[in-house]
Amino acid sequence: MNDMTPIETTLKDWETDQEVRWCPGCGDYAILKAVQRTLPQLGADPKNTVFVSGIGCSSRFPYYIESYGFHTIHGRAPAFATGIKLANPELDVWLVTGDGDGLSIGGNHLMHVLRRNLNVQIMLFNNEIYGLTKGQYSPTSRVGTKTPSTPIGSVDRPAQPCAFALGSGARFVARGFDVSKNLPEVLKAAHAHQGAAFIEIFQNCIVYNKDVFHDFAAPKGAEDQQLWLADGEPMLFAGGTKGLKFDREECCLKVVDVVDGDWEAAGVACHDVANRALAHMLVELPFGEFPMALGVLYDDPRPTFESAVVAEKEQASTGKKADLAELFARGQTWTVGGTAQDPI
Amino acid sequence: MATLAADKPAAVAPTPEAVVVRFAGDSGDGMQLTGGQFTLSTALAGNDLATFPDFPAEIRAPQGTLFGVSAFQINFGSREINTAGDAPDVLVAMNPAALKVNLDALKPGGLIIADTGEFTKRNLDKAKYDSNPIEDGSLAKWDVLAFDISALTIEAVKEFGLGNKDALRCKNMWTLGLALWMFDRDRQPIVDWLNAKFAKSPEIAGANIAALNAGHAYGETAEISGPLKKLHIDPWPTPPGLYRTITGAEAVSLGLVAGAKLAGLPMFFGGYPITPASAILHHLARLKEFGVTTFQAEDEIAAICAAIGASYAGQLGVTSSSGPGIALKGEAMGLAIITELPLVIVNSQRGGPSTGLPTKTEQSDLYQAVYGRNGDAPLPVIAACSPADVFECAIEACRIAVQYMTPVILLTDGYIANAAEPWKVPDPNSFEPFPVSFQTENNNEGGNVLPYKRNEKGARPWIKPGTPELMHRIGGIEKHDGTGNIDYDPANHQAMTDARKGKIDGIAKELVPQGVTLGEEGGKLAVVGWGSTFGPIRRAVDNCRKKGLDVSHIHFRHVWPLPANSGELLRKFDKVLVPEMNTGQFKTVLRDQLLIDAKPFNKVSGQPFKIAELEAAIEKMLEE
Repeated sequence: MNDMTPIETTLKDWETDQEVRWCPGCGDYAILKAVQRTLPQLGADPKNTVFVSGIGCSSRFPYYIESYGFHTIHGRAPAFATGIKLANPELDVWLVTGDGDGLSIGGNHLMHVLRRNLNVQIMLFNNEIYGLTKGQYSPTSRVGTKTPSTPIGSVDRPAQPCAFALGSGARFVARGFDVSKNLPEVLKAAHAHQGAAFIEIFQNCIVYNKDVFHDFAAPKGAEDQQLWLADGEPMLFAGGTKGLKFDREECCLKVVDVVDGDWEAAGVACHDVANRALAHMLVELPFGEFPMALGVLYDDPRPTFESAVVAEKEQASTGKKADLAELFARGQTWTVGGTAQDPI
Repeated sequence: MATLAADKPAAVAPTPEAVVVRFAGDSGDGMQLTGGQFTLSTALAGNDLATFPDFPAEIRAPQGTLFGVSAFQINFGSREINTAGDAPDVLVAMNPAALKVNLDALKPGGLIIADTGEFTKRNLDKAKYDSNPIEDGSLAKWDVLAFDISALTIEAVKEFGLGNKDALRCKNMWTLGLALWMFDRDRQPIVDWLNAKFAKSPEIAGANIAALNAGHAYGETAEISGPLKKLHIDPWPTPPGLYRTITGAEAVSLGLVAGAKLAGLPMFFGGYPITPASAILHHLARLKEFGVTTFQAEDEIAAICAAIGASYAGQLGVTSSSGPGIALKGEAMGLAIITELPLVIVNSQRGGPSTGLPTKTEQSDLYQAVYGRNGDAPLPVIAACSPADVFECAIEACRIAVQYMTPVILLTDGYIANAAEPWKVPDPNSFEPFPVSFQTENNNEGGNVLPYKRNEKGARPWIKPGTPELMHRIGGIEKHDGTGNIDYDPANHQAMTDARKGKIDGIAKELVPQGVTLGEEGGKLAVVGWGSTFGPIRRAVDNCRKKGLDVSHIHFRHVWPLPANSGELLRKFDKVLVPEMNTGQFKTVLRDQLLIDAKPFNKVSGQPFKIAELEAAIEKMLEE
């Protein structure tokens, strides 16, 4: 995302001396490895990289990445990142948040960081549960989720992270899941995007919400339920035997069968990452009836917040001298023993 | 404080030392503007002064109503002025509501100037007057100068062809003209200001100037009979130099800019609109050339978090709010404390609790500042006493923040933020710089950098992201002494808690020893204050001392930690009285920290102390 000289590193260079303390089998391990594998491929420089997190299982992430890291307070990572980027736009900043941290207590900040288009990568680990506080339902839990705080089942409708991001004005929206081999590619696309890049990463909480994404994210056998999107390519899944077609009458996407690989004959539409209307449809596709749309759903950059702030500051400072003596004496002054002076 | 000449007709007006004037009108009448320009004229005349803008919370309250009254009080004189004055000598009442709301405060024998043009049946009803007070004799204990300012203004601006409504808008300038005549002031600076302000609409400028001149001319003719007398207040002998007027909000902004410059850092200001703190955001937003970045965040929490983020990245993070916003920032302050990052938090206090009295003044956030966070979370608290003082306090807050790697709270209040006073323009070179040096070398040869290795002040190194080889992680979980890694070990938590407390306590040792503001270093009674009660306490103690009473004034700028000699000093007095605009918060801190029998004297009305109230309290305390 930043134009910096690529640095040669290996996965090992991004590991800290700290013992990783997630539950054995937690999806976070796979995401950590994917990130550590991706960073060398990006030519990222540990000294210019900052991982900022809020609170929750996912937010322990910075302790395990050998770069600069700031583990902040619940839900507020976007606000800290805003201060960091405005103070030093050259830093390559990654946000790590979860469904509770990012969409419940921190929903406001997530909305505004996306709206402002701060040039950062935002990884939202969605496990549809509060893990660190021992298993309460979260804003992405499905209706009927039984937890200690909802013993009879939750009744409120879940938030959809990617729909939230798009609605907040995000210019990059992507999806992946913890054990997916494609996750590094998604992360690379996010990093290449200039502006706020939002990535929802489905993450398996093996203790409190085990296998809740199994239908599309199981290590094996769920491939047919994954729709991996690629810009300009037909939206095919299930080994190319099915695809998505745009129904002009009803103004919606529909699943169609593809016979003998002839997707054109089946009317399968091609993905266009810059098509915001298509992105709105993709983030809303109900899973089950449709496959899970994965990869880069939307990518259409706009000028970043920090570049606008810096430009405005430069413009406002042009031709002005930062003279404290002049500043102190602004307005109408008078000299004791003398006469009033004209305003400076 | 002297009274205007009330004895008539032939007596020559004695020249008073000080005069209090209160301009009161409807919130749409431009009273704050009138007061502001009168203040400027007063300053240019060389008087010392203090002002008290007193306006409603409503942006545009319904016209003519009691709750829509806006007032501006100024006390000026040929001696040192400490407060905006207990009781006005002159009340300018632009309508019946303004008269009703402000009449009680007016000094007996004082002068009322009223616009009869507004004393209509409708307006009298709105002000809940059964009969016209100007005519029914109920104002007998005051001098009344009542005439139709509205009609006179319309007549004066006739040639400019304004509509009736626009013509009446010039009423405040007519009134200002009269006031300028009364106090023998030069009109030219106001004329210049009007020409500049309405440069794009010369007819409006012309009309306002005509109204100003007409008001002034009216004074000349009205002097012949009636209570109106021209008064000349001599200049106050002040040290030579360049002066300007300054409000607290301006002064805190300039102090922060100066503080950042002395630290050698760009400043990042995160704010969220709130009364009465917004003015600081507005001022700083215009100072980008001084390396200031302002960020209007989505809420109070984001404002402080962004400021902490900027500090983490190597700038001087600053945030500002008022009580309710400060409450929201509490958790983030704890993070700045545990991650030991510099930060300045300005609280322009207002009446509380909850939304309370947004436009009124109070100093009831002291507990919040000193004690109001989860966990053992100490931070230094500095309190400013006046608009001019807050400039120096802001520099001091910046210095402590960067030298001790800690958040610092700077307390001001609505009164300080809005009030104006003359300010001797300081020489920027007269302040000792305190340049920051970031850690750039590994401080742990052969191992990883130690972000929590402390210096002699107990401060940790400041390491900016982007520094080669010093990558490390910090956060809100208790960290290992030295490495900063997560550490839940009991002994480590004890050590880190002690280190954080020890660092803040240690600031007390390097503070300038607490002195006596007025009086002797010992005696029967010390009146102890902090914040904006400085003015009234000083004047009251001065008055009492002139009466021969054994009383001294001790004013604290550093309310946490207290200067190291505080207990020793206060123990030299038989009694300690602590007047506060709260229910006794600093009294508690003094009792807690110094084990002295500090007695409270409290007022929580949203209004500053009156000198007379304090004098009475002092006398009572000495009699007991």
